[in-house]
Amino acid sequence: MNSNKKELAVAALENGTVIDHIPPKALFKVVNLLGIQCLESSVTIGNNLDSKRMGKKGIIKVANVFFPESTLNRIAVIAPNVKINVIRNFEIVDKHCVTLPDELTDIVKCNNPKCISNNEPMATRFHVLNRTNLLLQCHYCGKKIEAADITLK
Amino acid sequence: MENKSFVSISELTKEEILSLLDDASYFESNPNQRILEGRVLATLFFEPSTRTRLSFETAVNRLGGRIIGFSDANTTSSSKGESLKDTIMMVSNYADCIIMRHYLEGAAQYASEISPVSIVNAGDGANQHPSQTMLDLYSIYKTQGTLENLTITLVGDLKYGRTVHSLIQAMRFFNPTFVFVACDELRMPDEYKDYCNEHGIKYVETHDFSEEVINNTDILYMTRVQRERFTDLMEYERVKNVYTLRNSMLSGSKPNLRILHPLPRVSEIAYDCDENPKAYYFQQAKNGLYARQAIICKVLGIKLDK
Repeated sequence: MNSNKKELAVAALENGTVIDHIPPKALFKVVNLLGIQCLESSVTIGNNLDSKRMGKKGIIKVANVFFPESTLNRIAVIAPNVKINVIRNFEIVDKHCVTLPDELTDIVKCNNPKCISNNEPMATRFHVLNRTNLLLQCHYCGKKIEAADITLK
Repeated sequence: MENKSFVSISELTKEEILSLLDDASYFESNPNQRILEGRVLATLFFEPSTRTRLSFETAVNRLGGRIIGFSDANTTSSSKGESLKDTIMMVSNYADCIIMRHYLEGAAQYASEISPVSIVNAGDGANQHPSQTMLDLYSIYKTQGTLENLTITLVGDLKYGRTVHSLIQAMRFFNPTFVFVACDELRMPDEYKDYCNEHGIKYVETHDFSEEVINNTDILYMTRVQRERFTDLMEYERVKNVYTLRNSMLSGSKPNLRILHPLPRVSEIAYDCDENPKAYYFQQAKNGLYARQAIICKVLGIKLDK
């Protein structure tokens, strides 16, 4: 794919946020996590695009929306190496990787059906025990959850 | 408002544990006092547990406090679908402290985050039962004169037994050596062996509940092997008898050996052990009263006039 065609596939933004290098399998989870389906502004979603680094990747471009850093960092739970580009006036003014916070509030669901967090109208809380081999621990019942078993709330 | 609560044994420092043991010892000498006079404490038992509730309520009564509460959630609004939060908020209007037992894991932690008054965890599902651990520690401390450098043998259901898991966590400050005696189906989960490795706790695992194991131990902590834990009932029938303690097995044991059991027991300690002076499980239950008096005074911030 030449660079001209690539630009046609995913148009440039004047102002907004580009979420890049999303693993194709995680793309729609990221869409849900950020509530992109509820946005009014123009959104471009691409998936299985060629990537030198990843082979295939997903990308989300959202015009005129700038997400709070804490919202973007929630992505790290399902896709730790996603790149965020903040665009103003066609220029990338900020480019960085998402970072996993030490504690996750109301993002992940506890896999223990007997956990209080699955039985009360309350926010879940998880501690991040290991960042490289993602391992979370429920603040309430102590249940540990590995990356493959994570369910988003 | 920041309130002191007692939710999990792992949140206690070594100093806090020793201070609670010291207080428990004080209450053993002075069990009847008026230091809770004028206070109202609630015992909310969303799941029935007669022995724990009686122990807590006796602890309060002997210190002159008054009790409100329930012993079965079926008679309360939670059976009508009231949330735990609403029950806690309502009761905290009336009581200075809430002692709660719940069938869901993490319930006490959550309650402690929303409650304006102190929460004492009297057991939350399979998760924590810290007052049981305090009475175990007090029983060990009292019978051995120390918590340091002891050999503690845990026998029976090491997979699901939360008392043994909490005991390992609480003993991390005191350089113990653990011997885990269990069949394959009920052996100590890797999670707790990892915990031992991370905290430099020495342990040995074995299938054999032999006299050699018994003769080298200071504390023999027996647990109930429950039939419902087994997928194979033949295996249960076999295991049930292999991990039964009989009086004859104690003939070569150390003079300081004491046998503990969180109770209720079924068949894992033969009745002929009861007369042996090394059998300590009934006194152990009694120690729960003093340990719980110490816990209640700690969360209420009451300084003891020792």
